[in-house]
Amino acid sequence: MNVTEIRPDAAARRAVVRNCLGVGVAVGAYGFAFGAASVAAGLSVLQTCLLSLLAFTGGTQFAVVGVVAGGGSMAAALGSGLLLGSRNVLYAMRLAPLLRVRGLRRLAAALGTIDESTAMAIGQRDPALARLAFWWTACSVFVVWNLATLLGAVGASTLGDPTTLGLDAVVPAAFLALLAPRLRDGAVERRVALGGALIALGLIPITPAGVPVLAASAALLLAATVRPRP
Amino acid sequence: MNLWVLVLATIVGCYLFKLLGYLVPARLLEHGTVRRAVELLPVALLAALVVVEAVASGHHIHLDGPRLAGFGVGAVAVWRRAPFLVIVILAGLTAALLRLA
Repeated sequence: MNVTEIRPDAAARRAVVRNCLGVGVAVGAYGFAFGAASVAAGLSVLQTCLLSLLAFTGGTQFAVVGVVAGGGSMAAALGSGLLLGSRNVLYAMRLAPLLRVRGLRRLAAALGTIDESTAMAIGQRDPALARLAFWWTACSVFVVWNLATLLGAVGASTLGDPTTLGLDAVVPAAFLALLAPRLRDGAVERRVALGGALIALGLIPITPAGVPVLAASAALLLAATVRPRP
Repeated sequence: MNLWVLVLATIVGCYLFKLLGYLVPARLLEHGTVRRAVELLPVALLAALVVVEAVASGHHIHLDGPRLAGFGVGAVAVWRRAPFLVIVILAGLTAALLRLA
C-alpha cells in the first residue's frame, strides 16, 4: 500500500467524504421511523415515499404525519409542516454564494438543502471542500433516507398496529433528539423551547389537533427581549 | 381529509422554500431579527411537537404508561447523547415490551 503520494488536499477531501457518508447513514436511517409513522398515520406507502423523495425535509415530514395521526385538519398539518420547512430558505441563502449553482444543478441543490448538508458545508474552511461536503452529504442522506422510508412504510403496513411496535413512543423521542442540539446552543433556545412546550400543553384540551403546534410559534416573542447574537 | 392534497401541497411548499433561498438577494440575511426568528422557529415548533406527541391523543391529554415510559427512556438516551438510532430503538422497544408484559 503506497500512501506517500497522497497530497494533503486529497487526504482532506477523503476525510470530508468519509464524514459526510457517516452523517448520511446515521441520519438517513431515521427515515425508517418516518416511513413507519407515516403509514401508521394513514398515508399510503406511495404517499409516504413521495414525501421523502420530493419534500425531503425530515422535521416537516414528521410534523405533517404527526398532525394527521392526531386527527388534525389539513390546514393545521400543512401549516406546521411549512413553518418547520421555512428554515430551509435560510439554509439556501447561506449556501447560494458557496455553491454558485445554475440551471439543473440549482434545482438539485435546492432539493438537497437540509439541516445536515448545510451544517456539513458551512463547517468547512475551504469553499471547494464546502461544495464537496454539501453534495456528498445531500446525496448520501437522500439515498439512505428514501430507502429507509420505503422499508419503514412497507414494514409498518405488514406488521400492523403501530402501538405494538412502540411507534407512539418513538415519535416524541425522535423530535426530542432533533431538538436537543438546539437546547445546548444557549439560554434563549431553552426559553423558547419551554415556552413552545407550555403553549402546546395548555392548548391541547381546548383547540383542534394541530393548532397547539402552530400556536407554539408565539414562543418566539420570548426571544424578542434578548439582543440577537452578533 | 384528502391526503393527496396534503402530500402534494407539502411537497410543492417545501421545495419552493428551498429554491427561494437560491433566488433572493443574500443581503436579506443581514437583517438580524429575520435571521433570528427563522433560526428559533424550529426550536419552538419541535418543543411543541415533543409535548403533543408524548401526551396528546386527538385533543385530549392522555397519559399512556408505555408511551410515556418509552419516551422517558428515549429522553435519557438523548441526554446521554446516544446516536439517533439508539434513541429511537430504545424508545420503541421500551413501549413495545411494556405492552407485552
